[in-house]
Amino acid sequence: MADISVKDAPADPLSPEEIRADFPLFANREGIVFLDSAASSQKPIQVIEAMDHYYAFDHSNVHRAAYDLAEAATNDMEGARRRIAGFIGATDSAELIFTKNATEALNLVARSWGAANLGAGDAVVLTQLEHHANIVPWQQLAAEKGFEIRWIDLDEDGTLDLSDLDRILDGAKLLGLTAMSNVTGTIPPIRLLTDAAHASGALVCLDGCQSVPHMPTDVKELDVDFLAFSSHKMCGPTGIGALWARRHILEDMPPFLGGGGMILDVSRDGFIPAGLPARFEAGTPAIAEAVGFGAAVDYLESLGMENVRAHEIQLTSYAMRSLTERFGSDITIHGPAEPDQRGGVMSMAFRDIHPHDLSQVLNQRHVCIRPGHHCAKPLMKYLGVGATARASWYIYNDTNDIDLLGDALEAAGEFFSI
Amino acid sequence: MSDLEDLYREIILDHYRSPRNRGELETPPAHRAEGFNPLCGDEIVVYLELDDESAGEDAVVSQVRIGGQGCSISQSSASMMSAAIVGKTVAEVRELTRSFKAMMSIHEGELDGDEAMPTGQPGESLGDLEALRGVVKFPVRIKCATLSWNTLAEGIEEALAD
Ligand SMILES: Cc1ncc(COP(=O)(O)O)c(C=O)c1O
Repeated sequence: MADISVKDAPADPLSPEEIRADFPLFANREGIVFLDSAASSQKPIQVIEAMDHYYAFDHSNVHRAAYDLAEAATNDMEGARRRIAGFIGATDSAELIFTKNATEALNLVARSWGAANLGAGDAVVLTQLEHHANIVPWQQLAAEKGFEIRWIDLDEDGTLDLSDLDRILDGAKLLGLTAMSNVTGTIPPIRLLTDAAHASGALVCLDGCQSVPHMPTDVKELDVDFLAFSSHKMCGPTGIGALWARRHILEDMPPFLGGGGMILDVSRDGFIPAGLPARFEAGTPAIAEAVGFGAAVDYLESLGMENVRAHEIQLTSYAMRSLTERFGSDITIHGPAEPDQRGGVMSMAFRDIHPHDLSQVLNQRHVCIRPGHHCAKPLMKYLGVGATARASWYIYNDTNDIDLLGDALEAAGEFFSI
Repeated sequence: MSDLEDLYREIILDHYRSPRNRGELETPPAHRAEGFNPLCGDEIVVYLELDDESAGEDAVVSQVRIGGQGCSISQSSASMMSAAIVGKTVAEVRELTRSFKAMMSIHEGELDGDEAMPTGQPGESLGDLEALRGVVKFPVRIKCATLSWNTLAEGIEEALAD
């Protein structure tokens, strides 16, 4: 398999083998073929060491203390905030709110902005590509507030059907949109949708969970109003994510969680909320995680996000071509046919083997893929399946991993045809 | 591959490829219960008909049909279950359920607090269902194997509640 048109492929802008050397997990679990980075990525030693260093040298609670150590901890965290904001093209780091993960960031938008701005007669527009994290918070709020949820459907090729866009957006107050499907890898035309939404007077809440780790992101260029993403999918630790939003929108939003850290003043009669970003960060934040998140962004920047994207397009292209050549009609790859219209995520059906069974057999060869509905049941319904087998790749994967996936699929086919 | 062959015994694959009692029943008189495995997207629908609902624990399962979609473990477990319960009383079905769960429950209690520890004798009169014993070595798959049984229990409660 290895000779499939590697000749005519452009050189890989990344060196996955060198990158793997930065990730202790690959040395500690020799032979693992990790194809589940869309669920959560592995962590480079640079991130692990940054967090260790923080705990060993700089830890105290942040803000409001006069001693040097507290200043060191605050500087570590705020430095990370600045670098993460810069990573997504934001110039004002106070616009970047730390949350627990992307899910909490999206809930923050719904519970704060949504609760203050949506009511009966209003509409929120979602797409059929969304992850449950950008569906359920809106459904929860709609049940309380009585607004309507409208849907943008999919075309046959797994891209958004934009034929009726103006009517769907008419009178809507918000468009909830994924920047990259975690199931099919579909990348919607974000700028086109943002312009259409703004023309209808709707804000855009972009779920960047899958896109921010894998391609350059510039909130100014995308012109979105909210962007949610998680650290753990982009080489950083679990337990932290971020919401970016335009300053004037955040300033008009009521605080979501109340408590320490988010106030300017409290008396028996009430409280005055703090400014940004503290207003939305009640309680002691995940400081070490913020430090790790910052180190993750540094790591990705050292590789170059353009290179990360180009590497993944090449790998996607290789996977789609080599697996189709190898298995023909035994394999169905969901989503767009053009590798550059998708991220490094491939959901497939292999013969009539259920994804759960398939991944069990692949595990025997240490090939890690994920079966299930991937928290996108409306999309599953569109695909007409209950579950898919999903393989996803990142900076440390190479064509050899794809070949090993192919070998394991072949073995699974043999096993189930006994 | 021996663990794997233990998981996927021939009889399991047979029930998966040719599921027994596949289909639907008219409701009423039958009762319909639906179960989901949120982890992997499996869905099971159990249609259950009792001969005389007023007989309570002595009511006999007269017909059962299985719908839905899922992996080989959930589908074969449902198929074997359907074959095992027709003609049994509700009390006997409960006993069988307890035995089946006893076989499965080595990890079940840890996986999910809502599974009470069964008291039945493991392995007692389980017949073909014994083949699912290999599942206990794969804790995440226990949910697949017990999905149809939990759904059946809901169907029974519904039938007896009327
Ligand atoms: C597209 C998308 N949105 C949202 C999420 C939720 O991310 P998290 O679980 O980190 O909050 C995920 C991760 O599974 C995702 O892939």
